[in-house]
Amino acid sequence: MVTLKINDKEVSVNDGDTILDAAKKLNIFIPTLCYLKEINKVASCRMCLVEIKGLPKLMTSCSTEAKEGMEVYTETDKIKEARKNNLELLLSNHNKDCDNCLKNNQCKFQELLDKYDIKEKYKNTREKLNIDNSTTYLVRDSNKCILCGRCVDVCSKVQDISVIGRNGRGITTQIGCAFEYPMVDSPCIGCGQCTLVCPTGALTEKDDTKEVENAINNKDLHVIACTAPAVRAALGEEFDMPIGTNAKGKMVTSLRKLGFDKVFDVDFAADLTIMEEVNELIERIKENKNLPMFTSCSPGWIKYVEQYHPELIDNLSTCKSPQQMMGAILKTYYAKKENIDPSKIFVVMIMPCIAKKFERARDGANDIDVVLTTRETARMIKRQNIDFNSLEDSEYDLPLGIGASVVFGSSGGVMEAALRTLTETLTNKPLEKIEFNEVRGLDGIKEATYDVNGREINVAIVSGIKNAKKIIKKIKNKEVNYDFVEFMTCPGGCLNGGGQPYIDFDKYDVEEVKKLRMKCLMEEDKNLPIRKAHENPSIKELYKSFLDHPGSELAEKLLHTKYEKREKYKK
Amino acid sequence: MNKEIDEIIKNSESLIEMLQKIQKIDGYLYFERLFYLSEKLDMSLEDIYSTATFYNGFSFNMKGKYQINICLGTVCYVKGSKELSEEISKILNIKDGECTKDGKFSLDTTRCLGCCSMAPVMKINDDIYGFVKKEQVKEILAKYN
Repeated sequence: MVTLKINDKEVSVNDGDTILDAAKKLNIFIPTLCYLKEINKVASCRMCLVEIKGLPKLMTSCSTEAKEGMEVYTETDKIKEARKNNLELLLSNHNKDCDNCLKNNQCKFQELLDKYDIKEKYKNTREKLNIDNSTTYLVRDSNKCILCGRCVDVCSKVQDISVIGRNGRGITTQIGCAFEYPMVDSPCIGCGQCTLVCPTGALTEKDDTKEVENAINNKDLHVIACTAPAVRAALGEEFDMPIGTNAKGKMVTSLRKLGFDKVFDVDFAADLTIMEEVNELIERIKENKNLPMFTSCSPGWIKYVEQYHPELIDNLSTCKSPQQMMGAILKTYYAKKENIDPSKIFVVMIMPCIAKKFERARDGANDIDVVLTTRETARMIKRQNIDFNSLEDSEYDLPLGIGASVVFGSSGGVMEAALRTLTETLTNKPLEKIEFNEVRGLDGIKEATYDVNGREINVAIVSGIKNAKKIIKKIKNKEVNYDFVEFMTCPGGCLNGGGQPYIDFDKYDVEEVKKLRMKCLMEEDKNLPIRKAHENPSIKELYKSFLDHPGSELAEKLLHTKYEKREKYKK
Repeated sequence: MNKEIDEIIKNSESLIEMLQKIQKIDGYLYFERLFYLSEKLDMSLEDIYSTATFYNGFSFNMKGKYQINICLGTVCYVKGSKELSEEISKILNIKDGECTKDGKFSLDTTRCLGCCSMAPVMKINDDIYGFVKKEQVKEILAKYN
């Protein structure tokens, strides 16, 4: 432990902790734009400068270790002046197009400019740079970039794929792909973790809200919103609700207010996924073929396998993701049942994910019309001046509004839902304990072994591509012997997806936020009347009157898909 | 073609060293070469590209059979080397860093070549030309036809 003084207040911190850590402990605010706990510590933004007694130069508190007896000041005139100068310089390379920026009012850079009352001082002499909007899910605008490097470090240290990096040097440095490839032809898997950390509007999701608003205004269309499990655990944050609030009821009401004709729960399709996936797993175990089986719900993970490990494509479950299954069922079963022309049904998926925008157009399917992220959905609600917090709760529409698999939104959720159904299907006996605690939690890699009807089932749960890479290596080297592995692209699962609300790093610890969102989903699961996919009456009805049985010919056609090898860099 | 790269990987200690050796083969760095290198090293291509673009010593444009270098060091610059480079651009119809379509000539402006007493200086492969006047450029280039 070392003891130091910050602004004349004494504080003790662990050896190796930085001045910034110490200040946090004292609740002293130091602005940062580039620092990311345990990920980025490049000290490039120069916002966190502090004065240390006895040292002539200002020091960056994010990268300077706290030492015994240090006397640190965080708000002297010299510091304020330096911060102002740095902000003025950063602004001089910025395009100042806040009115047209998706990040407007949620931008950390803008917040600091306001706080320090910075006006344009130096003219922007930089040439206008290219905006990369080549993908269907992401926009990268270097004209807004302040080169903090957070996106680069998330791409390399969290996901371990390093698709984007700093190209060039000095004044010509830009964030980009190798050989300036457009994102669409690059090995970007669309996780969107970079959009969560960008302190400006340089990296954002591709906004599709206008398209949805147009559809709602088109009276000929039957517009359906379907919300993914993880959305309810985070949407409230956009309206200043405490983190971890389950906003399901208000979310459904607000979507109705926006003008959606029906609001369904993707939990329903998650149940359907479980029915098909468990059936597939049982078959594969029986035939001892293509094991371990990998889950296929996370589109970033799918693209990762297709581009980086195409030799493992056969291990992927052929099940479409809940999103794609929902779309397929809506435009067939639901259309028939409600007697609506499928071409008049406009399906909007509300997802915690930006890769889902890419997944939408997979295998040429037209079942889903638009995918909105949690953030875009909040944007639409705000635009309509809906007072979200004072809304009454309401329930999803039937018949596709019941689901048992809300756990899908969290790492381990697909596994847990699958294990519930798998065990009961194989043993024909109700589970004594419905919770599979071993698969829960935020660890990037979890393993468990279960005895199911006399056969040992080895499972693993992996989230974050960095961890996926490790496990794939082990699988290839035959160091592990799994039967079924759940892979999620984003660390912690969908609750931490790239389309979720921004986390204010000044106020909250990311791990804490993940924990709270996870708790929210687990609470809902605990209180659900039906917690097993195969007991969902809507699912039973769907099989009885339409699909016949899991793995039937029609189910194969509607609910299963194929994968293809993709080049990392497309010519 | 990639056998050379395998050899280079075997005999190099650092990425920079590998890149230097690869550049020596082709005169510049290009996608197929570096992509092969990235797969072999199990390293992201962007990490390699980002490293290479940091250094002025690496080039990403094809080089001609005859590589023209125009010195833009202080003395040469004062003595009018900029006009020389513009003249070459005009004659060959290429910009700084580019290569003619027939692959014959490429043009790169450089830092000081170390023979300021002969300023302005131009270099074609290993031939050095000093005290070059704008009017002589055409004549010099003609030697390499």
